[in-house]
Amino acid sequence: MTDIVERFFAGDRRALSRILTRVENGTPAGRDHLRQLFPRSGRAHTIGMTGSAGSGKSTLTGALAGELRKRGHRVGIIAVDPSSPFTQGAILGDRIRMQDLVLDEGVFVRSMATRGAIGGLAPAIDDVVAVMDAFGFPYVFIETVGAGQDEVEIAGTALTTVLVNNPGTGDDIQALKAGIIEIADVLVVNKADRPGADILVSQLKALLALVPSEGRDPPILSTVATTGEGVPALVDAIDEHREYLDSSGGLREQRLQDARHQVLSIAQRILLAQIRRDTPEETLAGLVGQVADRALDPHTAAERLLDRERATEAV
Amino acid sequence: MTATDTSATGETAQKIRVLIAKPGLDGHDRGAKIVARALRDGGCEVIYTGIRQTPQMIAEAALQEDVDVIGLSILSGAHLELFPRIVDELKSRGLDDVLLFCGGIIPEDDSEALNALGFKAVFRPGTNTQEIVSFVYDNVKHE
Repeated sequence: MTDIVERFFAGDRRALSRILTRVENGTPAGRDHLRQLFPRSGRAHTIGMTGSAGSGKSTLTGALAGELRKRGHRVGIIAVDPSSPFTQGAILGDRIRMQDLVLDEGVFVRSMATRGAIGGLAPAIDDVVAVMDAFGFPYVFIETVGAGQDEVEIAGTALTTVLVNNPGTGDDIQALKAGIIEIADVLVVNKADRPGADILVSQLKALLALVPSEGRDPPILSTVATTGEGVPALVDAIDEHREYLDSSGGLREQRLQDARHQVLSIAQRILLAQIRRDTPEETLAGLVGQVADRALDPHTAAERLLDRERATEAV
Repeated sequence: MTATDTSATGETAQKIRVLIAKPGLDGHDRGAKIVARALRDGGCEVIYTGIRQTPQMIAEAALQEDVDVIGLSILSGAHLELFPRIVDELKSRGLDDVLLFCGGIIPEDDSEALNALGFKAVFRPGTNTQEIVSFVYDNVKHE
């Protein structure tokens, strides 16, 4: 076992931090570390915090971590913010909302940029979660970028998904739409001291009544993250969902689903990287040019790219 | 302008990670935000801590975020009080390979002391932001 991994298992936070970087960057060393750590992951309760920009995800995550610290648990937090699609740069500002936790050695906050991933998370998110998990945090929070309607990837990364809503942000038709609300295990109306909170709670209740129940209805809780109101009850609801997964046999099923998704999406990335590596730029540019000029449709162009690939393999 | 296609390749190439922090009690963070924005536009991942950070908070954030670079903004005049303590806190956590720079209202006479502390550059009002971005790219050490 490499020195840094030994230090990681001994609880060295600097080793954790450096391993997170290497794993996020997908370097050969990072891959090697992950191989060694992965068997020790799978113990943490992973909790996804999602909701629209400005809904209070970061503040609420900080408040939840504070409550869990009071209950004697260590907490890892991964906070994702968007990368620029043009420069690939990013401002990662979620830590600002978690100032109370900075000097608590029982909490570790890591910011990540989306680096071109879609779905509200980052390409290496599952690997980074596994590292935090293997380090021994019993609770690991994953905060998505501001997510509105269709960013449902978080459900495949976290065991419990918390959807953060706010009063006064849309009529009940928004809530009727398919997508993000369907993945929530716990619903929160944050900023519940604002007008319209009660109406939103009853709208969400009415909406959930229409969803075919599979034995458990997601609870709806009201919080004011900035004052801590409702936060202990939210921690209880998150724990309750984990107990439900354990007792219903849902945990195993969810782990299988998540593993399937992970393996397939990594395979997809590897294939795409191979195609990019093996396709001369002029070939790609030629096909792309024909599509842009409407001389070729994009599906045919993609098939030609793949045919080329297979032809190369056959040689 | 078209977004560059990086997601498709699955590569998550190494990025320069920069911590921008404001130690001490002054609340004027326009400069820090402009520098953060310039570095973002320069392709860096910038962790912004906000104002009123203690030396321990800055060092702890740097540790957790595994940053390559730390930029400190200060306008209160307390740099010779606070910066040595920040450097001590960094060293006590084993963070001695991080590139340090600072900016704000800092007298020319203090440059030597700050350089001796490990600050590779001191940027004053009127600095072109591109100069700061270039400084970071020219001096950063990746593992």
